Amino acid sequence: MDVISDIIVQGVQMLLVLLLAPLLTGYVRKVKARLLRRQGASVFQPYRDLLRLLRKEVVLADNASWLFRVTPYITFAAVWVAAALVPTFATGLLFNWTADLIAIVALLGSARFFLALAGMDVGTSFGGIGSSREVMIATLAEPAMLLIVFCLALVAGSTQLSTVSHFLASSYVGLRVSLGMALVALFMVAIAENARIPVDNPATHLELTMVHEAMILEYSGRHLAMIEFGAYLKLLLYVSLIACVFFPWQIALYGTGALSYAIGAGAYIVKLALAGFLLALFETATAKMRVFRVPQFLGAAFMLGLLGTLLLFVSRSF
Amino acid sequence: MSAVALQMICVAALLGLAVLAIAISRSKISTAVIYGATLAVSAIAVAGALRGLLGGAGASTLTLPVGLPWLGAHFRLDALAAFFLVVVNLGGASASLYGLGYGHHDPAPHRVLPFFPAFLAGMHLVVLADDAFSYLLCWEFMSLASWALVMAHHREPGNARAGYVYLVMASFGTLALLLAFGLLAGPAGDYGFAAIRAAQHTPYAATLVLVLMLLGAGSKAGLVPLHVWLPLAHPAAPSHVSALMSGVMTKVAIYGFIRVMFDLLGQPGWPAGAVVLFLGSITAVMGILYAMMEKDLKRLLAYSTIENIGIVFVSLGLAMAFQANGLKAAAALAFTAALLHALNHSFFKSLLFFGAGAVLNATGERNMDKLGGLIHRMPFTSFAVLVGCVAISALPPFNGFVSEWLIFQAVLQSPELPQWTLKIMVPAVGAMLALAAALAAACFVKTYGVTFLGRPRSTAAEEAHEVDRFSLVAMFILAALCLLAGILPGLAIDALAPVATQILGGRMPAQAVQPWLSIVPIAESRSSYNGLLVMVFITASSSLAVYVIHRFASHALRRGPAWGCGFTDATPAAQYSSVSFAQPIRRVFGTLVFHARDHVTMPPPGDLRPARLRIELHDLVWSRMYAPIADAVGFLSMRLNRLQFLTIRRYLSLVFATLVTLLLVLAIWT
Repeated sequence: MDVISDIIVQGVQMLLVLLLAPLLTGYVRKVKARLLRRQGASVFQPYRDLLRLLRKEVVLADNASWLFRVTPYITFAAVWVAAALVPTFATGLLFNWTADLIAIVALLGSARFFLALAGMDVGTSFGGIGSSREVMIATLAEPAMLLIVFCLALVAGSTQLSTVSHFLASSYVGLRVSLGMALVALFMVAIAENARIPVDNPATHLELTMVHEAMILEYSGRHLAMIEFGAYLKLLLYVSLIACVFFPWQIALYGTGALSYAIGAGAYIVKLALAGFLLALFETATAKMRVFRVPQFLGAAFMLGLLGTLLLFVSRSF
Repeated sequence: MSAVALQMICVAALLGLAVLAIAISRSKISTAVIYGATLAVSAIAVAGALRGLLGGAGASTLTLPVGLPWLGAHFRLDALAAFFLVVVNLGGASASLYGLGYGHHDPAPHRVLPFFPAFLAGMHLVVLADDAFSYLLCWEFMSLASWALVMAHHREPGNARAGYVYLVMASFGTLALLLAFGLLAGPAGDYGFAAIRAAQHTPYAATLVLVLMLLGAGSKAGLVPLHVWLPLAHPAAPSHVSALMSGVMTKVAIYGFIRVMFDLLGQPGWPAGAVVLFLGSITAVMGILYAMMEKDLKRLLAYSTIENIGIVFVSLGLAMAFQANGLKAAAALAFTAALLHALNHSFFKSLLFFGAGAVLNATGERNMDKLGGLIHRMPFTSFAVLVGCVAISALPPFNGFVSEWLIFQAVLQSPELPQWTLKIMVPAVGAMLALAAALAAACFVKTYGVTFLGRPRSTAAEEAHEVDRFSLVAMFILAALCLLAGILPGLAIDALAPVATQILGGRMPAQAVQPWLSIVPIAESRSSYNGLLVMVFITASSSLAVYVIHRFASHALRRGPAWGCGFTDATPAAQYSSVSFAQPIRRVFGTLVFHARDHVTMPPPGDLRPARLRIELHDLVWSRMYAPIADAVGFLSMRLNRLQFLTIRRYLSLVFATLVTLLLVLAIWT
């Protein structure tokens, strides 16, 4: 009985992230448009985009190899598996012990590794510039992310995300300097990893300032659909991560019955809406920075993570 | 027959092959005979060593009546030696298999064939030696055999210098080891390892031994700042030898370090751990930054070896720190992680060097900026190398990730440490490791992307062809081992338990009994990882995605020219090269570490001269440390040059004066 309900929770969770991911992106776009006093497309536009891309033909460059064709699927799968391991509405996921937070970071790293390779596959300068800048950003974002993981692991005594979330939701942790630093750092990393303003602009095409979009410039049709879907999932993953670790309110604890699951799901939707609104507000209020300002931005995140970890090494009560 | 006797027979067989190779190296069959026989001997040695490691039969010893009079040469096979014999001989077997095919392309087989089995025998003997005299003798034999292999293609530019620098550094390293063993043996002068182990060592002597071991074993392994010879010498040898030097010989150096610091010296104390942690983390970051700036394929791989050695040393430093504070479980975790990373590195670094050899063979190029597009022309090689690149970038579900994950778990154990120095230091070291891991991924995106993807940048790359079967089989076996060690790490960790038990007196909990073969370093509530399930999940979800897409989405596909912003016929030279790919990272880290400067000469409008970009990189270690030493040596030798041209009378008076001075010193001292 337990196993069945576990499987159901895990399955619902995996489906939920798939279904909600495009909606979150559409919602952020809508809020941004409204904040700029535009009408904006419908919140369901990302679903339509995906379906339209799926119906289109794929145009492959003459030089594209098999790596270029399998990358969209590998990327999507890696991000999906990572997203399935982040608790959204309930902790105690069935496959929690398969991979911990460090492995989730590494799974996202695999997705980026293959995308960056695919960017170099066709052999145009655009792909190269995108890949090279993407890995530059990643070399700073990944260590910052790992330090945030250290910080959380030291507070909760575990690197298992579900356990961390369970611990933070069920026991009184209180306001801590180190957790505050980790939250700010995680926010900065999430901005960079999701190619949002001020690090990158997800809405530009064919500008020398872009990073992520340049890397996937050669993709089209169903391949592009998979990559876009992966990007939507990644945004949802980071929002869920921040929500389940720093704002675990009303998240359903392991084995607490259907009602608390329903409350957890409702709370999750509210958290997503709030996070999406804040993200849109932040993006409309800032301007994109130069590429070589990004290291300073992420360096600050890295230092915050390191300081938070150091504080915890000095005393567990910070 | 005892386990150690079997190993000694293997060594004798290898030495016999070396002699045979001198005799037959000019005949046509020599390559097949020598590499085939070496492969067979190495395979037997692996089997023997595995039995010694897993069988748990305890140590077996052997004394041969050679070496110092009345002392003999002692050899011993215990769990630690057995593990490193597995690493050495797996490397040797795969290199021999690769050599069966690759060796045919060698322009001068008689310069390689005799030294190849001799080099393997040397490494074998170092691991087996059980007294200081045999150890040093075998160490020097290993160094000389590898030096001869570095000089195999001595006419190629740069190789003579590589051989010279290697010889100087190797002699320096052996000198340091000699002094270290002298200190360990003490005034009584008992050179047997058993006697050294039993003796009490004063803290003063222990500190000196640590410094000397860091100089001796560290220079062989490639610790910064003693790494300068490694990127010169490792790539100079033929590629399968490069694989042995980078993937295996550095492990023998690590073996020496572990043997002395953990086994012979006993408890090294936490300051030793702090020193090793510091050097290891610097080595890891510096090594991979050097690699990032490099465009020569084999030199890049050699620099990446330096990074991995740094990771192993960080892990060993953690083990020392935990051990000194009596934290047995954490020490076993860090120590096992170090051994596992050493094993993993021998797999993927050999694989990558084999791949570089295949590329070199097919195109004659080591410069990445003249390659590209090889994925179309060398499909099998490029697949195997891709596996190696993913594994070395520490990405799941491959093996590199498992060992780095274990090291991170060990870092997370360190708030238990009581010393403030370590409490502050370990998080910073963890940050450096994370930085090194992220840089490694960037570096291997560059390596693979520029070499194998894109469009060919030269005619040699355009006309490349796939390599022979033997080389491919060797690469695919190593790729399979990378995956296996990644998805079933619990078995590898359990196999390492006897080593940890022997050295530290504690081990990691048994992993094979965990459900689904996941690995649990301390307790499941703290952390666990299951490579097998991660792989199953990724495969399942990507297959599901492929199925859904191919069921419901459009199948239409059209080939067309790439989008070039209107310049449809851009030359392949317009692609991103390794230098341009590294440019953002060079700007972020290079200004600080290498004093990197870009100089752009832009001709005025209307002028038809091409624009020029010149990049200036300074190796600070070389210019600040080695250049002054070399200058000082040069200065001194110029001054002492006069001594060469004295008359016999002056010589005799000089000798007399020296003798009197020494006797005076002795009289005052005692």
